Amino acid sequence: MSDDLLNSDLGGVFDGLAGGGDSSQWAFGTGFEDPLAGVDTTVPDGVAGADLAAYCLMLGDDALVMSQRLSEWCSRAPDLEEDIALANTALDLLGQARLLLTRAAAADPGAVPALPEGSPVPGEDALAFFREAGEFRNVRLAEVPNGDFAHVVVRLLLFSVARLALLERLRASTDGVLAAVAAKGAKEVTYHRDWAGRWFLTLAQGTEESRRRLLAALDALWPLQSEMVTAHPLETSLAEAGVGVDPASVRGEVDAVLDQVLAVSGVDRPDRAPLAGIGGRTGRDGMHTEALSRMLAEMQVVARAHPGGRW
Amino acid sequence: MSVRERALAAAGRVRDPEMPMLTLADLGVLRGVDVERDPDGGEALVASITPTYTGCPALATMRDDLVHRLNDAGFARVRVRVVLDPPWSSDWISEHGRAALRAAGLSPPGPVRRPTGPLGLTLGPTRRAPACPRCGSAATRPISEFGATACKALYRCTDCLEPFEHVKEI
Repeated sequence: MSDDLLNSDLGGVFDGLAGGGDSSQWAFGTGFEDPLAGVDTTVPDGVAGADLAAYCLMLGDDALVMSQRLSEWCSRAPDLEEDIALANTALDLLGQARLLLTRAAAADPGAVPALPEGSPVPGEDALAFFREAGEFRNVRLAEVPNGDFAHVVVRLLLFSVARLALLERLRASTDGVLAAVAAKGAKEVTYHRDWAGRWFLTLAQGTEESRRRLLAALDALWPLQSEMVTAHPLETSLAEAGVGVDPASVRGEVDAVLDQVLAVSGVDRPDRAPLAGIGGRTGRDGMHTEALSRMLAEMQVVARAHPGGRW
Repeated sequence: MSVRERALAAAGRVRDPEMPMLTLADLGVLRGVDVERDPDGGEALVASITPTYTGCPALATMRDDLVHRLNDAGFARVRVRVVLDPPWSSDWISEHGRAALRAAGLSPPGPVRRPTGPLGLTLGPTRRAPACPRCGSAATRPISEFGATACKALYRCTDCLEPFEHVKEI
């Protein structure tokens, strides 16, 4: 807007827009917002801040990486309604990731990658955009490349069944932030799980082609399922401290829900062994498939090109 | 009228950026307004809000709108606090808000039913029967559980054939 326009006699309609003040009036999303503004982020007794941060990264990275993969579906789903459903699901998970990464940064500022002095990038963004693949703690199910529509249905089913079971128990966490994120996230993931379960049934009982694709996706993704219900030592110790949930403790419940979907759909449980780690290390240890690096290269490129940028 | 009441009235008039027929008070997003004394002795107004959905991008706009509206109402020092617990529920939408939704052609949410037990998976269509906000018919069908914003599902009325949005139970 030119100075002439601002200085012209237009009855003062532009008064106050030109000088000072914050920039929030200009555009939606200008500047950075702390999603935990005003929330008590004291680390509960009996747990180290670094351990709590690492645990938050596990749950937060699951949501962030899955959200990014779902976002890649934008404009590519079979119809507009499913396109919007996938984008909505991605947005819910991105919201969960923001809170969990912010909580990680508050619990252990040392976990946040160092940026040039004066950078306005907040902790959650530094964690999302300035960590290498080996520092991500997500399960490998979240990171493998997208396939066809059956692939995203199966992936979201396996992911949301386990995440919902976990979040339901995490509501009792002694960490107030984790408990609140879990209570809210559980409501959202219930919708994701229903969507994936319905489409699983629809594709299984649809045409010969839809069933063939569904079975192929299930066969391909099944080896990645058990990682979601296998405990990392950190998860075990945080569960003992009352802060986290041991994912192995929800295995029975997860199996029961998956068996219900499989039975209704007339699909046999795949006979596939879990994908091995490397030297016993899996996604929770930062040991990923090569697909994660490529995904992050695209996700992080703009932020890394402008480490002092303000959006 | 006390300072707090005056502030609450001003904050309560801020509208939801996505559903402007609702105020933040109608929506149940505005959880309260408090006056706090700062270390420098000054008084600050703290408005508490809670997100409808974790990723709702409207939260940043709500925060800005609250600050500007309260500034305009004469409160110089305003802070907005995010409250995560208890999580927002569509049950918190006021009767006035529900009427406003209907008047704008949206179907308000029914009461929230939390699934009991771990096997609460719903493989059939979600069991709710919203009435068409245009013609009142009960003959409605879901098009999608996910709509233009995180909080809405899409329905179609099979009598008047008009599509409409239903605010989801959560």
